[in-house]
Parts: sequence; C-alpha cells; structure tokens
Amino acid sequence: MTPERIKELKLFANTGRRHIIEETHAAKSGHPGGSLGAMEYMTYLYNEEMRIDPKNPQDPDRDRFVLSKGHCAPALYSVLAQLGYFPVEDLVTIRKVGSYLQGHPNMNSTPGVDFSTGSLGQGYSAACGMANAAKLMKKDLNVYALLGDGEIEEGLVWEASEYAAHYRLDNLCIAVDVNGLQIDGATKDVMNMEPIDEKFLAFGFHVVKINGNDFGELEKAFAAFHAAKGSGKPTVILMTTVKGLGVSYMENQAGWHGKGPNDEECAQALAEIAAARKKIEEE
Amino acid sequence: MAEVKKIATRESYGQALVELGAMDERVVAIDADLAGSTKTGVFGKAFPERHFNCGIAECNVMGTAAGMAAMGLIPFASSFAMFATGRAWEIIRNSIGYTRLNVKICASHGGISVGEDGASHQCCEDFALMRAIPGMLVMSPADDVEARKMVRAAYEYNGPVYIRLGRAAIPVFHDEDYEFSIGKGEVLHEGTDIAIISNGVLTYEALKAAERLETEGIHARVINMGTIKPIDADIVVAAAKECGGRIITAEEHSVVGGLGEAVAAVLAEKYPARLRRIGLQDVFGFSGPMAELMVAFGLDADNIVKTAKEFLSE
Repeated sequence: MTPERIKELKLFANTGRRHIIEETHAAKSGHPGGSLGAMEYMTYLYNEEMRIDPKNPQDPDRDRFVLSKGHCAPALYSVLAQLGYFPVEDLVTIRKVGSYLQGHPNMNSTPGVDFSTGSLGQGYSAACGMANAAKLMKKDLNVYALLGDGEIEEGLVWEASEYAAHYRLDNLCIAVDVNGLQIDGATKDVMNMEPIDEKFLAFGFHVVKINGNDFGELEKAFAAFHAAKGSGKPTVILMTTVKGLGVSYMENQAGWHGKGPNDEECAQALAEIAAARKKIEEE
Repeated sequence: MAEVKKIATRESYGQALVELGAMDERVVAIDADLAGSTKTGVFGKAFPERHFNCGIAECNVMGTAAGMAAMGLIPFASSFAMFATGRAWEIIRNSIGYTRLNVKICASHGGISVGEDGASHQCCEDFALMRAIPGMLVMSPADDVEARKMVRAAYEYNGPVYIRLGRAAIPVFHDEDYEFSIGKGEVLHEGTDIAIISNGVLTYEALKAAERLETEGIHARVINMGTIKPIDADIVVAAAKECGGRIITAEEHSVVGGLGEAVAAVLAEKYPARLRRIGLQDVFGFSGPMAELMVAFGLDADNIVKTAKEFLSE
C-alpha cells in the first residue's frame, strides 16, 4: 500500500469511529469498545481484501464476511454505509423500532450482511459451512469471519475449528480480536484461553499473529492467508487490538464493552476523533 | 387388520433423500457420526462428495447447515432427535429459524422408540422444542409412504423444516398414491362418537383401536395429523363439532408442548370441546424393549380403547 492509500484507510476508519459513537449514543446502548478496536480490521477487509460490489450485494460469487462477534454491529454498519450499501444517515436508527439496523446483524433486513449473528460461536460455524459449500460448488471465493477473544470460550468455536481443519478449508480466513477484555473483566481472569496460538496450531490452522490496529500488518496477514491457499489449512489471524481505541476514556476499559455514551461523553469522544482526523490529514 | 409390512421411517428418509440427491445437486446431507442410524449413510454412499459428517458435534451440524443454506445449497441435517433438537436448539433457533434458511432437520430415533438406550436418548420433547421456534414447520410421519412424501414436501418448501423419524419398523398402511400436503390432516377412519387425533406410530394404534371400538358399536373418527405446526385447525374444529365434542390425542411425545397441546389450543380458541391427551405424562422414559415401553406408557391401541370408553361413559 502507498502512504496515500494508508492515509485514506485511516480516514475511513476515523469516520467509522465517529459513526460508532454516534450510533451507540443515539441508541443509548450497544457495544462501542469492541467496535472501535476492530475498526482497522473492518476497514482493511472491506476496502482492500474482499471482492464485493455494493451495487450487487447478493452476487452469488462474492466473498463472504461473517461478523461472528455480532455485537460489533456498529462497526460493520459504518463500513457498509460508507461503501454505499445503505445511506449513512440511517446509521443512527440502529436499535430503534422499525429500523433495518438491528442490535445484532440481520442478513434478512440489512443489505450487505452475509449472515445473522449475535449468539457467539454460531457465525463462525456458519462461515465454515459457507466455505465448504463454496468448495463443493467450485466457487473461487473466500469466507472471512471475525471472532472475539471472549467468544472463543464457546465450545462451538472448537467444533467449528475441527471441522475447518478436517475439511481443509483454506478458503476460510478467520480473525480473533484479541483485546483481552470481556464483559466480566480481563479474559485471563474470566476464562484464560492462552496460549490461543498453540490451540489453533494444534487444531491444524495456519496461524498469523499481528497488531490488528496497524494497516501494514493487516496487509501482511492477508497476504499470508493468500500464500497459504492450496495448503488445505484454514488461516486464523490472531490480532492484538486496543478495545475502545480512539476514545481515551474507553480504551482498555471492560466497562465500555456494552453501553452507549451519554451526551457529555459523546461530545468528548467526537472531539477526540475529530482531533485525530486533523492529525491524519496533516500527515 | 391383516399383517402388513413394516418399515422404519428413517429408512424411508434415506431412500427419499437419495432420490432427491439424484435430481438436485444442491441437496446435501449433514451428520453427527450417526449416518448409519439416521440412514443418511445411504445418501453418503450414493453421493459421497455431498455428505458431510461433522463428527459428534450436533451444534456444528446446525451451524454449518445454516452456512451451506446461505450459499444456496439445500442441507438435510440429521442426528438423533434428542441431540438434534435438544443439544443444538439454540443454534437452530438463531441460525436456522431466525434467518429463515432453507435447512431440513430430519431427526431419527424420536420418541421412546430408542427403547433400551433409556431416557438419555429417548426424545419426547422435540415437537415442543421445534414448535416454539417462529416459522418452523414441524412434521411427523405415520408410516413409510407418508415419510417419503413428507421429505419430498419439505424439499419443495423453501424454509426451515423439522421432521421427526422413528427407529423401529412400523406398519405401512398408506397406499402409494396417498397425497401428503403440509398443514393438512387426514381422516383415516370415519366416526361421529369420538375423534382420535394422532401422528407417528400412534396413528396405526389409533386405527386398531377404532376397529375394536367399532365391534362394540362405538364409531371413532381417526385423524392422522402429519403436520403438527402449522396445525390443521379446520379438521380439528370439524371433529369437535361432528364427534360429540370429545377428542383424544395420541402421540409418542410428552403431553407438554406436542400434538395434544396444539389441538388443545385450537379447541380453546375456536370450538371448546373436551380433550384427553395420550402421551408421556410429563415423565422421563426408561430402558426396555420398545414394545414393552409403548404399553408401559399407554401408547397403544389398548389404552386408546380404554380411554375412549371411559371418556364416553363420563
């Protein structure tokens, strides 16, 4: 990527952070922390990696993305709106009666959403089914899924992992957002899943470890996924991120997993995000 | 009744699935290490590339089935009824029901017919579990012919379907030209003194009971209710009106949440009538040969006759 392209992506992610705050403020609920931390991944995936056409969201040959950690819907909705799947103005209707933007993604109501998620572990399992179906149907497409590091405590995640390796789903690229926090506190205290890399290695995965808030590292991670195609191994990107990144009082705070900012908090967050934007523009 | 041939509805399922697989390459079968028992193994032999064993992981059976359906395939997902509908319920609810995906859950060994395996493997709650999911079709065939037609109907319907199949060979009484329609009950024996509404293996028992009642001058109407949801309200109301306001339901299922409650809801809302429910009376089963269990839990013609006579004498 050129420095200009990286700058564009940073601006896209910055806009996404603003949307996340506006969405969770308008809804007076939702999940800003994980959404903010995953913004670089979501930005890179949709702008650089996936073969999609927002004008043709049901194209049968498109790449698929499943937001298995469905509570990060505010991030997904921002990306889809920015790409033109639906109007940006509609983002603030999230979680409101009559809105097509449900609290957790709904494939039947929202253009661009490839699978309905929210109950942890299920999106990943469905993504495995999609990747295997693509192989059976001889479609040259990739299936991506984003999981939380709390989510991988679900038993279904490991049922799906044994399946992904057994069926040699090298068209599947999952990412685990390792921000170290879940609702009840630090993941290492609630249910320690480390060493996560060794677990996935033991299951037969191609494991890539990166800083998930760095576009250059994301580029390398997806390049590694493409390089592993043909190996029969599914790829997992273990990406360290900062939960709440971009809003000082939310960063690394488990308390900001699942609540919306009030008016004052919203104003501060938007001011910080605007200041960050200015810095990106001046780079 | 003359001796009739017996076939297990899971065998019918395997046969119907192979026929569907031959005509439509979108049909795939998904299993959890029970392909031999659920009879999807027959499909697997015919179309190995379209048979996906998930190992002993029922939740992942349902999750991957949903993903395959989202790609345009038509997955038939199978396990024992207990594990398909019980263990994997929430995956079915969220990833198949809420998404309205085109997955056919065809579970074998429903009811107490697993017999000797005991209560851990017997499933008398599957109708209740599946009925509770919005938009889920719930069906249970009474014999081989109905099972094959039902599997075909499920394939032709676009959306989530649950079909409960049995382990044991049961009498085949439908003619091959029987036409099954989703949501329609079927009057198998006419009568106006009392009505027996049943499904699965209990329908044959209900027919035997009706013949015996006939010899005692009691004319019982027997209705086979292959579809539990959506229930055929018209045929229930007609029975209540025309059969002395007395209805017996009979099912290889708990009286909680199954056919009996579905019929009770129709009666209570549309045409109040008196009801007796034959089924497991809110208890777990236990180990034993199926035939002995059916008697122990009153799931037989004897108990239907007894219940009808008591009901009529009240």
